[in-house]
Amino acid sequence: MSALGPLYVDGVALWAPSLPGWDVAAPALRGQAAAAPAASVPHRPAPALLAANERRRAPDGVLLALEVAAAAVADAGADAATLPSVFASAHGELAVTDAMCRTLADHPLLLSPTRFHHSVHNAASGYWAIAAGCHAASTALAAGPYSVAQGLLEAAAVALADDAPVLWVAGDSEACGPLASVNASRGLLAAALVLSPRPGPRSCWALALALVPDPAPPTAAASPAARALQANASAPLLPLFEALAGAGRADLQLAAGPQLGLALSLRPHVPARA
Amino acid sequence: MKRPAVIAPVTLRACALVSAAGHGLDALAQALRTSRSALRPNDLSFGDAPALAGWIGAVPGADGVALPAALALPAGPWPGRAVALAWLGLQADGFAGALQDAITRHGAHRVGLVLGTSASTIAVSEAAYRAPAADGGFPPPLREPRFNTLHALADFVQVATGLQGPCLTVSTACSSSAKAFATGERWLRLGLADAVVVGGVDALGASLLHGFHALGLVSPEPCRPFDATRRGISLSEAAGYALLERGRGGIELLGWGESNDAHHMSSPHPQGLGAEQALADALARAGLAAEAVDHVNLHGTASARNDEVEAALVARAYPAHTRCSATKGLTGHTMGAAGIVEALACVVALREGFVPGSAGTAAADPALGEAFGERLQLAPAAADPRIAVSHSFGFGGNNAVLVFGRGDRV
Repeated sequence: MSALGPLYVDGVALWAPSLPGWDVAAPALRGQAAAAPAASVPHRPAPALLAANERRRAPDGVLLALEVAAAAVADAGADAATLPSVFASAHGELAVTDAMCRTLADHPLLLSPTRFHHSVHNAASGYWAIAAGCHAASTALAAGPYSVAQGLLEAAAVALADDAPVLWVAGDSEACGPLASVNASRGLLAAALVLSPRPGPRSCWALALALVPDPAPPTAAASPAARALQANASAPLLPLFEALAGAGRADLQLAAGPQLGLALSLRPHVPARA
Repeated sequence: MKRPAVIAPVTLRACALVSAAGHGLDALAQALRTSRSALRPNDLSFGDAPALAGWIGAVPGADGVALPAALALPAGPWPGRAVALAWLGLQADGFAGALQDAITRHGAHRVGLVLGTSASTIAVSEAAYRAPAADGGFPPPLREPRFNTLHALADFVQVATGLQGPCLTVSTACSSSAKAFATGERWLRLGLADAVVVGGVDALGASLLHGFHALGLVSPEPCRPFDATRRGISLSEAAGYALLERGRGGIELLGWGESNDAHHMSSPHPQGLGAEQALADALARAGLAAEAVDHVNLHGTASARNDEVEAALVARAYPAHTRCSATKGLTGHTMGAAGIVEALACVVALREGFVPGSAGTAAADPALGEAFGERLQLAPAAADPRIAVSHSFGFGGNNAVLVFGRGDRV
């Protein structure tokens, strides 16, 4: 009863400073090519959806989410204005949290209204909706170390409950300041999928999900490029994207709770000829 | 636009609440029946700043709550006011017992948890920044990753109750715990769980008080939703839960709608486009027309623009016989918990046969139009509501609308 799917993967995107885009990431996640050298890559993504002044002001998490959301939607050939979306992030905007806590400790009356509205967990969801002109449902969620699995499960549930495609985004940023003593997330990493309950012309994979009580340990990332990103709180997404970069069927397990797993079954799908 | 298909109702098997009105649903019901406001002048201050002007709602007894020692982590006991509220909520209305019963019937892996919060335990991190350890990091009793992240409250509730099903934190500002109902219904419909605890917890703290003050949205007086003299919101806190299960009976969740304004991060769509879409989807899932709605708990924050947009939506979407109440003058604005507090206001109104008034509001602002004024319920009144709707519209343009009904409605 706790199985969902299959859903069809219509669009794939991933961004990290060492893997700036799926074209670079896919071979690296297959272990075929080295990640981009650190010196040659931007520290933050620059999503084209935002105007230059908005890009300068936007926090890292918003930039990451918009970069991969736009890339996955383009890959799927989907209409950004109609897709419901699920944004999963374990910790949200860590740099904003650090700066806000610092101001509140020193001079609470100096807290800036912009910083406060950037601190809400649905900042990325809100900026995406505005940039995409999308009025469909959009959720922002967290589940600690299980945020990737619970976010993917929620996206699948949204798609199946309403029989409509959904955009799933997961990403986390780097803890800084005193917060870094209680938050181990480092670096930037985000990924996105467009998932559809029905196969379409761009569908390349069929993905089934199942909740598993008392699971075996989660699947570990295998490629050096993925292992180099393990310190990011969204790193649990990497084994799935290694499988999506490959060519064959894959069965994976993600940690979905203290005593709960999310089993993923990924099967290649050949789109029907139009 | 394509509307969603009708869904099967799910029953609210148990409910619990601690709010500024007191502990338990009865305390809220009593306050709603008499329009007794629970707001008081703000006396909370942080760092070097004086207490901000304004009125707040505070949960009585939230200071000095003693959690059972068995719930502590190796780093120490769970800190902070938000955790204390989450715990008090579980103890209210016999909810902890109802949860253990659900675990016995379904198994712990089949009982899910969806918790809405905006600020979660951020006050714990704020406290650590005010008094850091010698190494510049968090001081030892607070130096625990699980205490200092958005999911901390849901993590705590799982620890406190033994729930092992799917579990997530929804954080979409003021719509958070309304959206928890949507996720809970989907999980039940898709078979991911056999029972789901949905709810919301938010506690007063520096970030909320100073953040809303910085935005210029806090009223210096008790908030007066939809009144011509309204000057902004009154911040508050609460913890509430509902246990959802498949099947009929008691009070039922009939429908939900979610949408986004796609307009601005901190002000509503001028024509209420997103809010109207969420309402239309909620009614479509319930299989109802707006004519069937007896009672609406408005979002009604008492900020100038929000009330204006919502009043226009009410005037064009609902018939004249729908009674609309704004209850934040009584409970205050409980942020991420507003969805559950106001869902439970609908529950007590349906269960006990009355419509709440709009505490703090002397008269509807004439500028909001005659049609809205006719629909706004100023004083509580005996009635026989069978269908009630709750509006929740949040920052980031995030909207959720819930439809509830009495199981014995005809």
